[in-house]
Amino acid sequence: MSENILEVEGLKTHFYTEAGVVLAVDGVSFNVRKGETLGLVGESGSGKTVTALSVLRLVPRPGRIVEGKIRFQGEDLLAKTEEEMRDIRGDKIAIIFQDPTSSLNPVYTVESQLADVINTHQKSSKEGVRGKIAELFQFVEIPEPEARMREYPHQFSGGMKQRVAVARALACEPVLLFADEPTTNLDVTIQAQVLDLMKDLKTKLGMSMVMITHDMGIIADITSRVVVLYAGRVCEIAPTPVLYERLRHPYTEALLAAVPRIDKRKKLAIIPRNIPNLISPPSGCRFHPRCPYAKDVCKERVPELEEVEPGHSVACHEWRNLSLNGVG
Amino acid sequence: MAEKLIEVRNLVKHFPVYSRGILLKKQVGEVHAVDDVSFDIYKNETLGLVGESGCGKTTTAKLILNLEVPDSGEILYHGEDVTKVFMSGTTEQRLALRRKMQLVFQNPYGSLDPRMTVYDIVSEPFRIHGHLPKSKWDDRVYELLDMVGLEEYHAERYPHEFSGGQRQRICIARALAVEPDFIIADEPISSLDVSIRAQILNLLGDLQKRVGLTYLYISHDLSSVRQISHRVAVMYLGKIVEFADTDELFDRPIHPYTQALISAIPIPDPKKKMNRIVLPGEVPSPINPPKGCRFNPRCTCTESSCRIEEPKLVDIGKGHLVACNETYLSKFA
Repeated sequence: MSENILEVEGLKTHFYTEAGVVLAVDGVSFNVRKGETLGLVGESGSGKTVTALSVLRLVPRPGRIVEGKIRFQGEDLLAKTEEEMRDIRGDKIAIIFQDPTSSLNPVYTVESQLADVINTHQKSSKEGVRGKIAELFQFVEIPEPEARMREYPHQFSGGMKQRVAVARALACEPVLLFADEPTTNLDVTIQAQVLDLMKDLKTKLGMSMVMITHDMGIIADITSRVVVLYAGRVCEIAPTPVLYERLRHPYTEALLAAVPRIDKRKKLAIIPRNIPNLISPPSGCRFHPRCPYAKDVCKERVPELEEVEPGHSVACHEWRNLSLNGVG
Repeated sequence: MAEKLIEVRNLVKHFPVYSRGILLKKQVGEVHAVDDVSFDIYKNETLGLVGESGCGKTTTAKLILNLEVPDSGEILYHGEDVTKVFMSGTTEQRLALRRKMQLVFQNPYGSLDPRMTVYDIVSEPFRIHGHLPKSKWDDRVYELLDMVGLEEYHAERYPHEFSGGQRQRICIARALAVEPDFIIADEPISSLDVSIRAQILNLLGDLQKRVGLTYLYISHDLSSVRQISHRVAVMYLGKIVEFADTDELFDRPIHPYTQALISAIPIPDPKKKMNRIVLPGEVPSPINPPKGCRFNPRCTCTESSCRIEEPKLVDIGKGHLVACNETYLSKFA
């Protein structure tokens, strides 16, 4: 058993809006092990991004972490002061956002944006910083690093901007990297480039990565373990190959059955209705209004995460009575 | 052979690019958005049009509907020249043609007027086209809502009260209001959630069977194209590079670009080993597209002739068209 780099336990992050309290993340627990790529998969509104922001203590107002524990390398992140968090962000834990166009500042050269990160965390001469940035650019395979680092974000294409964002996240060699849908805005051939790059870098640096996505294909491709989120709660946690073959949660089944595949045509199963409103989420299991197997107990009691086999847990009352279909 | 509904012949559209300045504005180049594109769409079929952003998919759609005027080329609907009708036909003729060809946009948040109720939105086409007496509006609106899986009471609501998937259903109902037989769906599911996408894809498929619709389905999402299309055209920088029946195209892609594109899609099954072909570089600017084959700077097997000669679409059997050099194609003959 390898050691855990990050432990999240019973995390609840709620947003206090005028319309009511949005239970965006409501009791999420998972670990990230050293050197692994963990997938956080779910639809919009499932709490993927808010979970990542909570770990970094970057939840925007009116959101607040209400309950739970976040331990990073054994230290309690929720007990840290804002100053201490600033030392951790960008240095030990970094994040890549979905849209590189809005996560890079348009009025500074990319060099100065990377230099900002490095200067915040390390003491280094001007030349040292410049050399380091050129090295990083080479690392993320941006051609002509010396010339391109003096340019502004708008002079880069989407794929290249995302490479700059990756370089910035890696500037201080973080121990843990959150990648929040890093390829959603990119074209497929560019997505392939960026995914390959991230796989490569992860192996080279030996860091842990949390890949946030809604694409079950990307999950299959690059993660070793998966956490399936639905409406702010964990449905299922399993090693990636196990999840696709012996999945136990009806939502995981539905998610896989509803996604068209490039390698074969199949009948698409429909998940009826819409994603629930998180101000007044369904009682009991939050998936029950859309679940084809729902029983009375599902409306009444919240299912706990139960272990199915070592490393594979599921939150479903009925999992023992169901035989669900994975892939193949 | 099935009947041809839409014929597109040598369609060309270039957009001028100007230098900065107001007084000294002058044309400095041209974006080759669509360059010599030809294809047919048969009645009751779904033609998938795929390609990356900027390859000219949406421009092609706009040209077919005359929302952009083509520089040259022809678009025939049932043998009738669409461009001619829109340029010099009477209002009746134009409206009659509009009734036959409708469009569903990508973003259902931007394509519905927030100040109109669903009833107003779905009945607006009746007001414009005047093809239905007012006494029948109610019944028809409810019928349309039912067809797309919405309820009668939804008619009095406003777009903001609906989720993305439901809004897209409203857009489809509006497109169906004039009883078209051809619908262009431009990325209809890309702004929707994964669990909702299947709902809309299945709805489009059901409607096709029930009403006998013909679709041009535009998307960059190859998996959904495989799911819904009968035939597929692959575009790259304003040109069609490959065209074939869906299964043929996905199981036996021949053009190096199509091969790379298909191999780049992650398959949701960790047991499937992917042989990903990662293309170097990015899509070049369509302002000065590369000479010869437009794909040659990124291609894995460039021959010297590729840099000089622009390959034509060649039929390699069973209607599978590929635009690539002859030496390469001879391997597949």
